[in-house]
Amino acid sequence: MSSKSVRTLDRVVIRFAGDSGDGMQLTGDRFTSDTATMGNDLSTLPNFPAEIRAPQGTLPGVSSFQLHFADHDVLTPGDAPDVLVAMNPAALKANLSDLPRGATVIVNTDEFTTRNLAKVGYAQSPLDDGTLDSFHVHPLALTSITVEALAAFDSLSRKEKERAKNMFALGLLSWMYTRPTTGTEAFLTKKFGARPEILAANLAALRAGWNYGETTEDFASSYVVAPAKMPPGTYRNVTGNTALALGLVAAAHRAGLPLVLGSYPITPASDVLHALAALKRHGVTTLQAEDEIAGIGIALGASFGGAIGVTTTSGPGVALKSETIGLAVSLELPLVIVDVQRGGPSTGLPTKTEQADLLQAMFGRNGESPVPIVAPRTPADCFDAAMDAVRIATTYRTPVFLLSDGYLANGSEPWSVPGVEDLPDLHVAFANAPNGTDPKGEPTFHPFLRDEQTLARPWAVPGTPGLEHRIGGIEKADVTGNISYDPDNHDRMTRLRQAKVDGITVPDLEVDDPTGDARVLVLGWGSTYGPIAAATRVVRNAGQAVARAHLGHLNPFPRNLAKVIHDYDRVVVPEMNLGQLALLLRAEFLVDVRSHTSVRGLPFSTVELADVISTTLEELS
Amino acid sequence: MTSVDIGMPVSGLQSVPHLPDEAGKQTKRDFTSDQEVRWCPGCGDYVILAAVQSFLPELGLRRENIVFVSGIGCSSRFPYYLDTYGMHSIHGRAPAIATGLATSRADLSVWVVTGDGDALSIGGNHLIHALRRNVNMTILLFNNQIYGLTKGQYSPTSRVGQVTKSTPAGSVDTPFNPVSLALGAEATFVARAMESDRAELTGILRAAAEHRGTALVEIYQNCPIFNDGAFEVLKDRTQQEARIVRLRSGEAVTVGAEGDRRVLVRKGSGTMKFVAEAEAATGESGAVVVHDPTLDDPSQAFQLSRLDTPEMTHVPMGIFRQVSRPTYDDLVRDQVEAAVSTAGGPATDADLAELLRGRDTWTVG
Repeated sequence: MSSKSVRTLDRVVIRFAGDSGDGMQLTGDRFTSDTATMGNDLSTLPNFPAEIRAPQGTLPGVSSFQLHFADHDVLTPGDAPDVLVAMNPAALKANLSDLPRGATVIVNTDEFTTRNLAKVGYAQSPLDDGTLDSFHVHPLALTSITVEALAAFDSLSRKEKERAKNMFALGLLSWMYTRPTTGTEAFLTKKFGARPEILAANLAALRAGWNYGETTEDFASSYVVAPAKMPPGTYRNVTGNTALALGLVAAAHRAGLPLVLGSYPITPASDVLHALAALKRHGVTTLQAEDEIAGIGIALGASFGGAIGVTTTSGPGVALKSETIGLAVSLELPLVIVDVQRGGPSTGLPTKTEQADLLQAMFGRNGESPVPIVAPRTPADCFDAAMDAVRIATTYRTPVFLLSDGYLANGSEPWSVPGVEDLPDLHVAFANAPNGTDPKGEPTFHPFLRDEQTLARPWAVPGTPGLEHRIGGIEKADVTGNISYDPDNHDRMTRLRQAKVDGITVPDLEVDDPTGDARVLVLGWGSTYGPIAAATRVVRNAGQAVARAHLGHLNPFPRNLAKVIHDYDRVVVPEMNLGQLALLLRAEFLVDVRSHTSVRGLPFSTVELADVISTTLEELS
Repeated sequence: MTSVDIGMPVSGLQSVPHLPDEAGKQTKRDFTSDQEVRWCPGCGDYVILAAVQSFLPELGLRRENIVFVSGIGCSSRFPYYLDTYGMHSIHGRAPAIATGLATSRADLSVWVVTGDGDALSIGGNHLIHALRRNVNMTILLFNNQIYGLTKGQYSPTSRVGQVTKSTPAGSVDTPFNPVSLALGAEATFVARAMESDRAELTGILRAAAEHRGTALVEIYQNCPIFNDGAFEVLKDRTQQEARIVRLRSGEAVTVGAEGDRRVLVRKGSGTMKFVAEAEAATGESGAVVVHDPTLDDPSQAFQLSRLDTPEMTHVPMGIFRQVSRPTYDDLVRDQVEAAVSTAGGPATDADLAELLRGRDTWTVG
């Protein structure tokens, strides 16, 4: 060890930013994994452009990864980075306005050439003109130091050596924050095992970065962030998309049914397809369809055959699938539609987050076509939400929307891995015998004779003798399922389908109101959980009372929601849309909730929401 | 674990449970549902329904293992009238739904019933992808060259110039030739039949059901309300022999009655034409075309499909193509089964626990 001082911090927010080709997502991922294994609580925010490789060195090409880790529970990826690693002028310019005074900035000076500065409109270098005076700047010739460190690697070109600069940066940051690099070393060994020279160079760059921190005088001290106090258990770090895929597999396992995914690639949902495609060993079948419509058609066909049919997509894909969702409502078959929401309308912001598909999920079909909606609140919660979506789909024989979003999909956090035996039992009983008699008194099967409790119809799969029946999108007669254009029957069936969804069992809304005398309730849904919880914490720390509740079920709402809402003088509803939940709440409960909205493609900042809450509190006082 | 030997014909019904011999023969009645058939009087669909209901018992399959999936249109009401499992779905999407069903259930005999509008217009994308994937299912495409259920608009197989409600000045759309389209989409089984020729239709249905992979059967079907007589020249006994080219495997392709027979020959350049029998015998006009639906190269089948013209001067009927290629659903199931068997059997609780834990875990407390 060096003789440098080691200081203790309770939390740090680091943002790695560079060109799309600089490997910032990988660097961030690795730093996150090594941080997770150290036992810190954490939350991440990857932020990258939709273009695979925008022109090098330009603002549109900037890709970043933010990580917030602490010795206590972490709710958000952090409003503002304490440390910015900027691999080029574009990365500095794109991120500078987010930095608080006193932040640490590590810049790769090799990239601050006249040409690169001009590309982003810097007339002179911000390293020299005082722009960075209020920050702690570490100007490092990252590229050339890396190339120098790899001088012995004769067989590698200069370009190949330069490419290892992200590992140098990772090594340096790992030293600064006393992270182990063993996980990254194992990762690199696996990734580059077939190319020993590249592997050795990356390992050397990683080590060189660490050693640079330890020896150079530019870095006076390193930092320690102690592990967070977390409930006992086995933990791993998961992104929302990974947790969602695992939840679907676990649900199928606990149902004892095969999982069949019909999907068409779309950002930011494709990683769920990738994850499930690799799980054939768990009996998972994935079919990449010719389009979004075929993706859900395949899933519905599989459901008819007795599998758990799932389709994964994002907003534009939901638009295409709408007719088939309506068919599933009419057929009353289980189906899970995963919508990883992104900025819209149309193609919108493919790689950025938004919550603006709520009303599409709720109403985006012809006719009265109710569909239950489940929404996870954190990346790890995607696991439980996926299991619950399957529970609702199979218990009530209905399509179910699972509304994740881009922030949950790519963001990550530690997850306490559940024991398999603790997961809910999702076994389903298929129909296997006639359930009625025909006019001649012979036993017959009535495909639309409902369970009195759940109003679900029987799930009779092809291959079951004696239960041959036809289902379709034309209105069916109650009980027999025969085609019926009878006015009263249509009215009855429409109300039955609605009553079935309205009657779905969902957990009561839990209200977090520690003092019990709060007058303002902050009510959110989906991925705004972290920022809302962090903001209420800020307000409470300032000595004010505020209550908080979060909806994981949007259709039906929890039974106690009406009471909860009416218990408070003012309800604030922050959403990453223009007020879609607020509209539903106003319509349903006749309460003028205060809608606070933002559609910037980014999660709310804690400060922003804390301000909204404080303002509301002031208005009431 | 592989259920398909590449190159060896495997029955499309191989993995579907059959009735034991002692169960006695099923009859048409066993496949007739209790629903009232609601097509217009004189509709060609009645004839096809009767042919299918009469033919299904021949397969000896357990009724509960047969599923008919349809889209939207007059023909798509078909499943309601068969006492099997069935799904009347949405416009154009039946092949996609059937793909999910057939892939997840090897023990089902899956049929798709569709029409020219359903399959070739709104559902064109699903049709071509089902054909190229070669999913084990049989698609019955009822072609009446008109939209019937929406009351008489032109369809993607309507003739250029055809006057309909939506083309009062005549259609200007070039029609699809469904057989050419299917061959271009890498179909492994393509056939055409006439609704009115029950014996021929039944033979083709049998071959289609036995085919492992996607079988497309185009069935010319008359709509008496909106496009009556579309195929009259082929039904008219005085004309049909001169117009219908009956494709018979291993035989020369001919048209016309005994004594007035014309034989199809191929010129050196590759073009085909019908010449008198005597001329064909000289060999001077080109080589006599012998039909072989099992040719790996679909070129000849495609050329035969192009003999058809809107005037129906020469209309080939029969099986154009019948080749063996691994099916999508078999390959998908094989991959899953291989992964499961390599791992030592279906995933246990312990296997799931291992998956959930992943690689990088840490323990607290």
